[in-house]
Amino acid sequence: MTGKTAIVGSGDGITVFKVSGVATFPVSDEKKAREILRKIAKEYQVIFLTEELAKPLTEFLKRFDEEPYPVILTIPSGEGESGYGMQMLKNAMERALGVDILFHND
Amino acid sequence: MARLNVNPTRMELKKLKARLSTAVRGHKLLKDKSDEMVRRFTVVLREAKRLREEVEKELGEVLKQFYIARSVTPAFEAETAFALPTASVEANCEIQSVMGVEVPKITLSTEKRAVGLPYAFSEITGEADYSVQKASDLLPKMVELAQTEKTVRMLAEEIERNKRRVNALEYVMIPQLEETIKYIKDKLDENERASIVRLMKVKSKA
Repeated sequence: MTGKTAIVGSGDGITVFKVSGVATFPVSDEKKAREILRKIAKEYQVIFLTEELAKPLTEFLKRFDEEPYPVILTIPSGEGESGYGMQMLKNAMERALGVDILFHND
Repeated sequence: MARLNVNPTRMELKKLKARLSTAVRGHKLLKDKSDEMVRRFTVVLREAKRLREEVEKELGEVLKQFYIARSVTPAFEAETAFALPTASVEANCEIQSVMGVEVPKITLSTEKRAVGLPYAFSEITGEADYSVQKASDLLPKMVELAQTEKTVRMLAEEIERNKRRVNALEYVMIPQLEETIKYIKDKLDENERASIVRLMKVKSKA
């Protein structure tokens, strides 16, 4: 099965990926992002989403974890990473293991 | 622990014993599965953390370069300059099974990647070239991270579910069955004693 990749983000920073053949969907706020995601979830198998949009949509994004596809990855936006991605990893780890084996802070 | 609501008969006792042995075997199997899943999970988790650190660092650089390019180019039209992609990424999406959990496995086919840039050099400064090149190079790593993180999330979910099953068997199902079996045994013994006593009484009167 061949899949397509897409990137959803705010600002035109994401256009840089257009050259690499990734479909870009510029959106202004999380509401738009939710709509777009719903629309493209069937068509694209790999979707990149910038952090500031993913943060308010955390609950919404959980439903995509039921199935192997689509794969949604949060990436830092132009403002730099906010630690959201690491936080999500940490959450998964705590749910599964109950202990911190990687991060050792707090 | 509440016992099950069953009639204290030999039939029920036999049935419950069979159920108990199944439950014990299932519990052992699930526990082994849980152990192995946790082991795999830690491996994948470490990998995800390493990849994320790399991707976040490199992506930050790419975007910074891109913003610089945008700010130094007069009348920068990102939309038009990048409207024509030089490559179409094809992700080969498969499904692999990790301990019975179906997780995505993606490989990028790189054949179609063209060399060169989609715009004329006169249009845009060199900083853009750098960021575009870097973005293309980064893409496989990003896809790998996407796949790894998804695996982490799905495995975490499955481990949690499995843990609940193990606990349900260990702390509810098995004690309940054991208690019910004991109850039926006691009841049957009691009946037997009662009938012996009755027989003895009948005999002594005669």
